[in-house]
Amino acid sequence: MSEIDLAPVWLTLKLASVSTLLLLLVGTPIAWWLARTRSWLKAPVGAMVALPLVLPPTVIGFYLLVVMGPQGAIGQFTQALGLGVLPFTFWGLVVGSVVYSMPFVVQPLQNAFDAIGERPLEVAATLRAGPWDTFFSIVLPLARPGFITASVLGFAHTVGEFGVVLMIGGNIPDKTRVVSVQIYDHVEALEYAQAHWLAAGMLAFSFVVLLLLYVFNPNGRRR
Amino acid sequence: MKNISILRVLSALALLMCVLARSAFADEVHVAVASNFTAPMQKIASDFEKDTGHKVILSFGATGKFYAQIKNGAPFDVLLAADDETPARLEKEGMGVPGSRYTYAIGTLVLWSPQRGYVDGSGEVLKKGDFRHLSIANPKLAPYGAAAVETLKQLGLLDAVQAKLVQGENITQTYQFIASGNAELGFVALSQVKRESGAIEGSYWLVPKNLYAPIRQDAVLLVKGRSSAAAQQFLKYLRGGQAAAIISGYGYNQGN
Repeated sequence: MSEIDLAPVWLTLKLASVSTLLLLLVGTPIAWWLARTRSWLKAPVGAMVALPLVLPPTVIGFYLLVVMGPQGAIGQFTQALGLGVLPFTFWGLVVGSVVYSMPFVVQPLQNAFDAIGERPLEVAATLRAGPWDTFFSIVLPLARPGFITASVLGFAHTVGEFGVVLMIGGNIPDKTRVVSVQIYDHVEALEYAQAHWLAAGMLAFSFVVLLLLYVFNPNGRRR
Repeated sequence: MKNISILRVLSALALLMCVLARSAFADEVHVAVASNFTAPMQKIASDFEKDTGHKVILSFGATGKFYAQIKNGAPFDVLLAADDETPARLEKEGMGVPGSRYTYAIGTLVLWSPQRGYVDGSGEVLKKGDFRHLSIANPKLAPYGAAAVETLKQLGLLDAVQAKLVQGENITQTYQFIASGNAELGFVALSQVKRESGAIEGSYWLVPKNLYAPIRQDAVLLVKGRSSAAAQQFLKYLRGGQAAAIISGYGYNQGN
């Protein structure tokens, strides 16, 4: 394998790590709210979060390109903050990945929170635990399988992301040329040998990740 | 009672067979078309359908992708490529019918921006360089991308703009990056920005032909379409005067 082929691998791992971290930070409160709320907003918000499951990545990518572009709402906002516009940047891909992988993180977390039920929280309250204390001492340990599933799926799904990256990335080396795009380039340029290296690596990686998930976290999946 | 329902089922089946048989024998041409030729092709195909009664099924995409698909049994009768190498390669590898290749269009590269007055008539805007992104098609995959890189090299500007280049995977996506304003300007095919009326929105620079090698776009009859009268008729039609008028109307030069 040439050196050129490894840069996209590192970039992909970096993108997936940063995105997973942000997904957990953003997804946990959303999942918690979805699991606990009785508001009428629960259904619409749940549906919003699940949208990327059914929308083609090209739709998400196209709208992100427009909305984050210089004339779009988010583009205007980031420009006002002096950040420029997000398409064709690493952080643009991060935003895209967070949107795109959100259901893969929120749904396992929500299921895990649901499964805890009222009882442990009520007990904690009678022992005078505050909400933060309850969350860290009771909810986090009990929802651990959910967090593992959410992290693994969020990470793996970001690694496997293609359509959104293609639409907002611009194929820039070291910034937006991730493995899936690189594979596509090789296939289109008829460089099948290089394509096979990366594609087989991706296949093996995805299988191992899911295998580990099923072996070490069977309960998290069964719920 | 039972017999009647069996009879019904049988007649329904017979009807279905007729429909299936009809579509199997109807004259259809599957044509794989390079993305940059989308607009003229749609016009030519609908004229062809009107004139001959044959049905044209069009697939648009990147030439390299079509190559891989054709090698793996894609149901295309004709390929209209964005280059001249892919058809030659297909012919050499036994997937194209020998002697059927010809240049149906020669592409014109244009530096374009949707903003009025942004691109001047001599490409000086490239030298000034006060833009965030310059969009080109992937030079490894798309002939228009390769021509754009060649032009920048000829102008001695490639190193200067390298950090500002963004690549579309094909010329359509390149156009999209510019049209959405994410890149202020970029190199696209003249056919993409030229409306049927001949007008071009925004501002542009027709890149002088001495700055890049001609973008020869070749057509080839594929082995799968060898025995199809409709496919051969289609290729003949593409060489005819009516098609030629449409092709040059979109800013292409004509091959020989």
